[in-house]
Amino acid sequence: MQEVKRKYVIPGDIVAEGNLRPLVNVFKNGNSIVATRIGITESNKDGAKVIPLSGIYFPRANDIVVGKILDHSSLSWSVDINSCFAAHLPAQDIFGRDFSPAHDDMGRQLSTGDVIVARIAIFDRTRDPILTIQDKDLGKIPTGELIKISPTRVPRLIGKRGSMIQTIEQASSTRITIGQNGIIVVSGKDKDGITLAINAIHIVEVEAHTSNLTQRIRQLLNVPESEIESDDTQNSEASDTTIDEDEINSDNSDKEMRMINPNGTK
Amino acid sequence: MVQSKNLIDESGKRTDGRVIDELREVKIKVGLVKNADGSALIEFGKNKIIAAVYGPREVHPKHMALSDRCVVRCRYHMSPFSTDTRKSPAPSRRETEISKVIREALEPALILEDYPRAAIDVFIEVLQADGGSRCAGISAASVALADAGINMRDMVSACAAGKVDDKIVIDINDTEDKEGGADMPVAYMPNLKKITLLQLDGELNPNEFNTCLDEAVRGCLKVYEIQRSSLIEKYFGDEKEMKE
Repeated sequence: MQEVKRKYVIPGDIVAEGNLRPLVNVFKNGNSIVATRIGITESNKDGAKVIPLSGIYFPRANDIVVGKILDHSSLSWSVDINSCFAAHLPAQDIFGRDFSPAHDDMGRQLSTGDVIVARIAIFDRTRDPILTIQDKDLGKIPTGELIKISPTRVPRLIGKRGSMIQTIEQASSTRITIGQNGIIVVSGKDKDGITLAINAIHIVEVEAHTSNLTQRIRQLLNVPESEIESDDTQNSEASDTTIDEDEINSDNSDKEMRMINPNGTK
Repeated sequence: MVQSKNLIDESGKRTDGRVIDELREVKIKVGLVKNADGSALIEFGKNKIIAAVYGPREVHPKHMALSDRCVVRCRYHMSPFSTDTRKSPAPSRRETEISKVIREALEPALILEDYPRAAIDVFIEVLQADGGSRCAGISAASVALADAGINMRDMVSACAAGKVDDKIVIDINDTEDKEGGADMPVAYMPNLKKITLLQLDGELNPNEFNTCLDEAVRGCLKVYEIQRSSLIEKYFGDEKEMKE
């Protein structure tokens, strides 16, 4: 396994020196790589980056997000995705290519205030994000508790190979839909379970950078000892990884795909 | 500026008991304003200032947005109770000007190209003023920006230096500002070693100017250490170094 060096940084701190590739949240200044955010550095032979501990959600193509319908024009819905850009969901995405504003009533499909799970289909810095719900398990969310956490804590909440979120879901008998933008929907039949899951999520948010968090969450949720032991062996394989953004990001898309779409908005 | 009384006594002490190269006590607390994306409270001697940062967020009105970079909007405001005699809460000429210079002092540190068509709002509210509030405001705003997770090239630290009784002193207070010989606020990016604000009120000869600038930069570096430790404390607690 590659050696990964980690340390705490604030903007302006040197992450690494030498001929390394600047990855994310860093810039190159002469021979050194400098952090642009508060966070934890990760540098190896591929390059250097900072995993940020604060900040708003900046959209990326193919991210799964949870958004709220703000309004609609004759051609698209505008969606609040907890970002500095308002996202658009084109009406053609739902009605198909033969959509006609004169014949199709957009308000019957999605109205203001509805919450949707969507994928960012197109985004670059020159235009606002375009969403799509044409994918498995995307679409309108009928019920659930909506909570907001810092988008920087999302990878930690999902955990290594989805371990953290699976633990919370199993222990609280709830279904949790996580958007990369930090908006989370907790749904389930049991009210106590939902409260328990929300508490656990808030603890993960506050203590995201601390070690042994998954274990403490298991204790909080009273996960039986036998399960803890078996999961611990899995954890030790994961070794010292506290936050591993890329790996987790690639995992979570599967995770969110499990979301059901009972209303069938497509 | 005409100096009316002795501001430094025989033992070399200033009006508030400091020696000429001594900073007032500086304390910074990060993240006090829950509704803001980033915030900081700075206590710079008797100055008490809250800085809050919102954004990057959508720009309203939309015509203010820039297609290639982010807009920074800054508001420096003194509370009516922050001074000896009540200050009108309406923005004065002085506040408008300070808002502008603070914005210009912060902008070089921000990577604005990362957030096109967005805006960053910086609010600086002076709760109690005792000279040097623009410097304290810049230092607090810089911490608040870092707390908000906005991409920055470096932190911005600010400190004033000036001339009192023909001596160059660091961190001018209110009395020294009003009755002293010169006041020079400086904002500085400590890692990039670049100055982002340099103002001068009063007269200095070239030698005095250089000494004054050096002293101000030295003050900025001390402020930087406090900014740094306040951020580290908030995000990493007592752990200064990451465990391997």
